[in-house]
Amino acid sequence: MPSSSLFFFYFASVAIFSSVLTIGLRNPVHCTLALLSAFLHIAGLFVLLHAEFVAAVQVIVYAGAVLVLYLFVLMLLNLKQIETFVLKRSWITILFACVLTVEILLMIFPLSARVGPPVAPSAGNTETIGMALFTEYIFSFEVVGILLLGAAVGALVLAKQTPSNQNR
Amino acid sequence: MIPLSYYVAVSVVLFVIGLTGVLIRKNFLIILYAIELMLNAANINFVAFAHYAQDVTGQVVSLFIITIAAAEAAIGLAIIIVLFRKKATTNVDEINLLKW
Repeated sequence: MPSSSLFFFYFASVAIFSSVLTIGLRNPVHCTLALLSAFLHIAGLFVLLHAEFVAAVQVIVYAGAVLVLYLFVLMLLNLKQIETFVLKRSWITILFACVLTVEILLMIFPLSARVGPPVAPSAGNTETIGMALFTEYIFSFEVVGILLLGAAVGALVLAKQTPSNQNR
Repeated sequence: MIPLSYYVAVSVVLFVIGLTGVLIRKNFLIILYAIELMLNAANINFVAFAHYAQDVTGQVVSLFIITIAAAEAAIGLAIIIVLFRKKATTNVDEINLLKW
């Protein structure tokens, strides 16, 4: 049990630290790498929660596909002439964010401290998720598939450069 | 055993960091990163409650959230490329084509 809480505190603290770096660093490439670290450590949190399949999907889809897409676009844009833009007087926003965090935490801790640990280890493996996904949530699954197709077609149509709209 | 409230606390902190990033950054790409952070915070919440409630629904919903995030990333990056071609900037303050 102490090792599990040790892992929890490691993953949680590094995830939070890399998220702060993601929105705080000046170079967008460094921001991307910090976001990659945050995603990997959030995947570690999923493993601690016995959601191995979600952790694998997190690593493959987020860290593998989405971030590589971001890095490709970052390389396509000529970022030498672009400085990073940070709002002036952003300390007001940060102050309000800290106040908001403390408020929500004070609200949450008395409520969910009563929720104890689960009695039996969770059956959150790939087979269980697959059974739920293809029986109970089959309609949502198909809708998400159509949405992905629409997003792919939309991205292609948006980014395609035809001679007719080249000079627009 | 880690209590549920600790996971919810991590989720809250990540969500507020993402929200702050959307508010204080002016780079379109970094704003998209912050949105991804907020979606991930929601994922942590779903998976944590799925574990503590012994129900697989939360994990299924978090898979759907990951799918939506991938679609959002594709569309957002396409919009960035089109805008960069047109205005040669990713600063959201200079993107005011629909203003007035």
